[in-house]
Amino acid sequence: MHYDWSFGFLLQYSRVIGVGAAYTIGFTVLTAVTGFAVGCVVAIASLSNLRFVSAPLVMLVEVFRCTPVLVQLVWIYYALPVLIGVELSPAVAAFVALSLYGGAFYSEIIRGGIVSVDVGQWDAGRALGMRRFDLMKRIVMPQALKRMIPPLVNQAVLQLKNTSLLSVLAVPDLLYQGQLITSATYRPLETYTMIAVIYFIILFPMTRVARVLEARLAR
Amino acid sequence: MIEMVHVKKSFGAVSVLKDMSLRVPRGGVVALIGPSGSGKSTLLRCLNLLTLPDSGAIRVGESTMDFSNGDKLPRDRELAAFRARTGMVFQNFNLFPHMSTLQNVMEGPVTVLKVQAEAARATALGLLEKVGLKDKADVTPDKLSGGQKQRVAIARALAMKPQVMLFDEATSALDPELVGEVLAVVRQLAAEGMTMVLVTHEMAFAREVADTVVFMRDGIVVEEGPARQVIDAPRDPATRAFLSHFHRSGLPAAVVAGS
Repeated sequence: MHYDWSFGFLLQYSRVIGVGAAYTIGFTVLTAVTGFAVGCVVAIASLSNLRFVSAPLVMLVEVFRCTPVLVQLVWIYYALPVLIGVELSPAVAAFVALSLYGGAFYSEIIRGGIVSVDVGQWDAGRALGMRRFDLMKRIVMPQALKRMIPPLVNQAVLQLKNTSLLSVLAVPDLLYQGQLITSATYRPLETYTMIAVIYFIILFPMTRVARVLEARLAR
Repeated sequence: MIEMVHVKKSFGAVSVLKDMSLRVPRGGVVALIGPSGSGKSTLLRCLNLLTLPDSGAIRVGESTMDFSNGDKLPRDRELAAFRARTGMVFQNFNLFPHMSTLQNVMEGPVTVLKVQAEAARATALGLLEKVGLKDKADVTPDKLSGGQKQRVAIARALAMKPQVMLFDEATSALDPELVGEVLAVVRQLAAEGMTMVLVTHEMAFAREVADTVVFMRDGIVVEEGPARQVIDAPRDPATRAFLSHFHRSGLPAAVVAGS
């Protein structure tokens, strides 16, 4: 089979691609930050002794962990407005879905990190007379965070890849922009190859960094 | 200074403390001895409420915690305030690994007592000097030997200016040649009149430093009395059987002969 590769035409679409990359990276950063905040709250609440707080949260986490993020995205965009009577823009729906989905996974990473801190550390902090918040902030979290960094980076990598699902709701991320270019030029091979290469260029260094951090923290 | 009245504690179906009472006068040093599983560590942890009793009452200095109406547990703030007045030293040191030695000692005063950093630093350096580790102020705990870690842990507890010090098998995790340096610090504290409760397996040390020895087994006090009397001439057969494991190695021959 013979195919005449020609990437040159993509140059004139550099602005379109730039917008796509900005949406992809922007959504990743935004949903990673809110997802981490959601994850922190859920993790700390699920570790509390208050069953009526932790039980529903654990259930919610399971719902988000055990359904595909594409289904969540579509459900929040098409189904949730019927329930709450408020139309959500595609971007808002996508933001909510990816934040909660990320939060469900972050919360497990954070919970695991907190639980991995030796009980002796809690004892030592309590014995000094520390209250819960100080104990978390000064003693437990600094040690837990260190252990959480590699899995958090890995989750952020997944988070970025998941933003490709935004294209389904016509949010102009990288993949969606690729679809636009393809329908204008009829050259899917070059276009989608370039889209894949851009994802790779962004993510490969991240996975390397995660590897290095993992090795350094294991010492 | 310390008073424990009718304290009971169970973990599930296992009754670890069965109606324990204990009094330690100001400046008194009490050694808790007994086989593992006898409840002595639980007793010690009840004294600063790291473990909450099921019933009974604990008094340290002026403040009392009453657990006789079992359903109302003390709040975080009350527990923290109570614990801040006692110093505790753990078998496994439990130093904060993400802080330097100096920061470990400063942590309590700065975070809990809201002491200014400069004042806390001066106090902490003084305490490190007292335990012979001023030159290690800026290293992290992983660079220290076990004996050095435990001396830092003692300094960290002392930084809170506690009314009493609790030692939970403070030398059990140490290599034999490092035990002496830690005991020397405890001995010095006793000489300064610090009120202390020690859970220990160092019988010779208990005999030397403690004024009262309490022998526990299965959550009750089997024998209690002046240190020399209990260790040299135990009255109860259970105490005698327990101490016989130590007489061979733990005490000078003259003491063994004397018993």
